Amino acid sequence: MKILRNILGQLEKHLFAEGKPLSIFFPFFEAADTFFFTPDKKTTGKCHVRDCNDFKRMMISVVYALIPCVLMGMYNVGLQANRLMEINGIPESGDWHFWILSWINAHFPILGVFDVPDLRGFNPLNWNIIGCLIHGAVYFLPLYILTMVVGLGWEILFAMINRHDVNEGFFVTGLIFPLTLPPSIPLWQVAIAISFGVLIGKEFFGGTGRNFLNPALVARAFLFFAYAGQISGDKVWTVVDGVSKATPLSYATNPSLTEGGIDGLSNAGYTMFDSFIGLIPGSFGETSTLACLIGMVFLLFIGVASWRIMLSMTVGAMGMATVLMMLGSETNAAFNIGPIWHFILGGFAFGMVFMATDPVSAAITKQGQFLYGLLIGILIIIVRVLNPAYPEGTMLVILFGNCCAPLIDYFVVQANIKRRLKRVAVNNE
Amino acid sequence: MNPTMKKTFIEPFMQNNPVAVQILGICSALAVTTNLRTALTMCLAVTFVTTFSNIGVSIIRKIIPGSIRMIVEMTIIATLVILVDQLIKAFSYNLSKELSVFVGLIITNCIVMGRAEAFAIKNNVLESSLDGLGNGIGYSIVLLTVAFFRELFGFGTLFGFTILKTVNNGGWYVPNGLLVLSPGAFFLIGFFIWLVKIRYKELME
Repeated sequence: MKILRNILGQLEKHLFAEGKPLSIFFPFFEAADTFFFTPDKKTTGKCHVRDCNDFKRMMISVVYALIPCVLMGMYNVGLQANRLMEINGIPESGDWHFWILSWINAHFPILGVFDVPDLRGFNPLNWNIIGCLIHGAVYFLPLYILTMVVGLGWEILFAMINRHDVNEGFFVTGLIFPLTLPPSIPLWQVAIAISFGVLIGKEFFGGTGRNFLNPALVARAFLFFAYAGQISGDKVWTVVDGVSKATPLSYATNPSLTEGGIDGLSNAGYTMFDSFIGLIPGSFGETSTLACLIGMVFLLFIGVASWRIMLSMTVGAMGMATVLMMLGSETNAAFNIGPIWHFILGGFAFGMVFMATDPVSAAITKQGQFLYGLLIGILIIIVRVLNPAYPEGTMLVILFGNCCAPLIDYFVVQANIKRRLKRVAVNNE
Repeated sequence: MNPTMKKTFIEPFMQNNPVAVQILGICSALAVTTNLRTALTMCLAVTFVTTFSNIGVSIIRKIIPGSIRMIVEMTIIATLVILVDQLIKAFSYNLSKELSVFVGLIITNCIVMGRAEAFAIKNNVLESSLDGLGNGIGYSIVLLTVAFFRELFGFGTLFGFTILKTVNNGGWYVPNGLLVLSPGAFFLIGFFIWLVKIRYKELME
């Protein structure tokens, strides 16, 4: 380690320091340097909290919390594909993903990338964990690598122009964004979307810490409106070409009395257990509520994410779902889904744990966080149930919540000031 | 043309652009820019109205009583707009249907009223006409730029001719749906404002 430290120190002194030939690339060097070593900058001045948990470590802990979602998402994508291939037969040809998989299958048949696991028993040997994981990884890793390359490229470019350090915020954005995508998404669309998200969602407003919207959601919203055909509907959630398989949420929120609601779910063969574990078609990260909850426990344990937002968002959504279920409806079957289904279907859990709690775009005041979570929770259920055009409301509602967060904070602060002024007035009498 | 008049004419193109700098006339910039044909018609109409309303107001500026000047200006503008609207209806009925109410709404376009009130009421006829024409062209530059990108990337065509063959017609281009929606125009106008402010640093807030 000492040798590395010396090499980096020499490099900085001779190449990257102010006035040296490569000084324009200093942000790039700094990012590499602090990747290996804790920054040696020390805060000066009197009152300052000293804590080893700097921004870089805090963001990396969110990445750790996302690992269960990544693994579960990759496994599930492989599982869904293999299940469909069992019914329809392994296709003769396909896109480049399929070429890679065929090559793996031909050379390493023991991995069983096309084998269908047997999940009924409790014997992990039958679950084909490795095979499905590899099958999903062939779809997930290109998305992830592309997002990181394109996003970090923009990030470094802006760091060089504006002469600031490369921020680690992008490691989180760059992992959350591919997790919100369906596995069949074309790669060029991902590249455009993450460029849009990083530029318009973040860099134009001054970079990490000044973005009022969550950049990963901005990128996803861009895809949702620009290329709706590849990110919504019932053809995109599995990687097998031309097979339509609607997500359970689109069954659940279908207003049709014969095909929607609870009956729609059970007719399509979706059980609550499968949906909770994440063995259903959908985007990579959001299918498994269990994995999101594991991430949540970790984030709450180390104190990075706000429990106030998560709690109030859950309360808001559960409450609204209960109200709608008790009201009932003669014409809209989606009323009868109930709070528990709402919690485990779609992107609710993922959005709650990893997106609504984003410390930059969420409300900051304590009371404000309660209001912010409540607003998002209630609106998600309203969009899901009452608007048949959007089966999923989580993404748009969290973006809306981001827009409202500064306003909520403003009112909380104003109320606080008013209360204190009153107290002063009483004391002075 | 003396330098002041030249400035009056040229400035609204970029550094005092009515849409990008004064943020006026945004409504029509969102509504009619999904394709170049409607945008061009709209640009011609607005340029015509601003120029002639400025001339009209400027001619009678000395005899308009201050207390009712708005009403007089409005009458001149409304007359011109109705004239344009009827002309489009007479000679190009389909286009007028595509533009729907937006030609009529030029009456309430802030640029026209703004130029009459801010410039024509105080300046002579020649300068006022140059100012009106300049502002009309400034408005057109933004609208045509926005419409160019929206039509090219939203539909793959320009003036209705196929440039990028879309997937639905057996080509390779996947049209970008965001640009067809109004927010797409907002983003493009935002980019335009950004470029103008980079070029003219004094406009940065």
